[in-house]
Amino acid sequence: MPEGLHNRVEITVNGEPLTIDAGSTVAVAIAISGAACRSSVSGEKRGPLCAMGICFECRAMVNGIPHTRTCQLLCEHSMEICTT
Amino acid sequence: MNHEFEIVVIGAGPAGIAAAVSAAEHDMRVALVDDNPSAGGQIWRTNQGESNQDHSHGSTAAEWRNRLRNANITSLHGWSVFDQIAPRALCAESRGEMAEIRFDKLILATGARERFLPFPGWTLPGVIGVGALQAMVKTGLPIRDARVVIAGSGPLLLAIASALQSAGARVICICEQASVTRLAPFALSLAAFPGKIAEGLRYKVATRRTPYHTSSWPIRATGTDRLQEVTLSIGGKHRTIPCDYLACGFHLVPNVELPALLGCTLADGAVLIDEWQCTSIQDVYCAGEPTGISGLELSLIEGQIAGLAAALHEEKARSLFTQRRKYRGFARRLAAAFALRPELKTLPEESTLLCRCEDVPYGAVRRHHSWRSAKLQTRCGMGPCQGRVCGSAAEFLLGWTADYTRPPIFPVAVSSLACLQSDRNANIEHTHAI
Repeated sequence: MPEGLHNRVEITVNGEPLTIDAGSTVAVAIAISGAACRSSVSGEKRGPLCAMGICFECRAMVNGIPHTRTCQLLCEHSMEICTT
Repeated sequence: MNHEFEIVVIGAGPAGIAAAVSAAEHDMRVALVDDNPSAGGQIWRTNQGESNQDHSHGSTAAEWRNRLRNANITSLHGWSVFDQIAPRALCAESRGEMAEIRFDKLILATGARERFLPFPGWTLPGVIGVGALQAMVKTGLPIRDARVVIAGSGPLLLAIASALQSAGARVICICEQASVTRLAPFALSLAAFPGKIAEGLRYKVATRRTPYHTSSWPIRATGTDRLQEVTLSIGGKHRTIPCDYLACGFHLVPNVELPALLGCTLADGAVLIDEWQCTSIQDVYCAGEPTGISGLELSLIEGQIAGLAAALHEEKARSLFTQRRKYRGFARRLAAAFALRPELKTLPEESTLLCRCEDVPYGAVRRHHSWRSAKLQTRCGMGPCQGRVCGSAAEFLLGWTADYTRPPIFPVAVSSLACLQSDRNANIEHTHAI
């Protein structure tokens, strides 16, 4: 494992605590939790498609801010992530 | 927050790094702006906090990273440029904060994205881009023992199959839509590029136990709330394979939203440039994939030429013209080899969603005669991705092109727009004076 991933951060996904390698994106944290990122306008579950900030499928609520693109955002201590 | 630079480079992939470094090494005051947390773009993406002496991308990446570190460059990571507020002034947003970035000269190195094509089930979580799955793995996604099917088109399929396998994934098969009769001449033409052959052989050896099917593509993904299996057309026969991920991307399309917003002339979806990499707009340069999909080597050459030309070191720039010509030949052969076959246009059914943001089915969109009409009547392309996904698909499926680009080119917080509007009012006199 590359250097730097050994540091862990504590976050929550939908209220459930998760300890994850620092350097992981929020999109990865959501995937590890088993949740989808968002529900589409017709109610389909969606996860990341492009993982480079283009498609907006990885949107979730992060620290109370809705519609945050999670694929370009790194996990930080005490981050609260909510999917829909 | 306000910044002012002689040269601003947008995009910190290989082309942007080469441009910024080449200009900064000639004493220009340079900024390198990128929306990712760190430099490298998609191809040289590293884990955050990974060792600076990383050699996983080979010596070329290490050499450029080293030059980037040693050059006097202001790096603005995590900033998305969303509008031009006035001539020679861009505005960017980062997590709700706004910045104005002023420049004398601008170099656009906005890179490329994967082309996604709709087929039944393509919206299920677990169906993801090829480069996208690799990016997720590099940023921490556990992939060991996961069953992965790789499909779509382009040289990326083999490269990423090799990388995912090294990370412990079980790559079941690789399905390339191009036919062997198209790929063979391309493979032979690589004789002029020994580096490319070595690279290809490395990938082939790494994936030697994984079947590589040509004339093959996904026709349906199924699962309840998540991908469970994919049905593939492999050489004309249907085969259903259970898997955890379907990594699927149909080669690349240039990111031209920012060049288009600035008014740069485009042709065939790419930015038109002159021999100095200058666009149709004075002092605005473009390098790498936005000028046409061509790969790492040409991106580095074009980036250097743009950086040197912008720094007024034209003779040094000219010394790279021969190499550029050579790699443009490679780009032409690449495009011919991986051209999309017409059968892929029949993959979406009437009810298959084309626009994933607004959930607009393909059947509703195809009844219209143009992209604009479809947008106005169905909301297709009107969601947060602003047509970046469905627009590129519609271009292939229906032959439509987007007819205009409007700011902001990324959705931004209303507060940033409000702030921008007050600045714009203050700038009106200035704008008219120019």
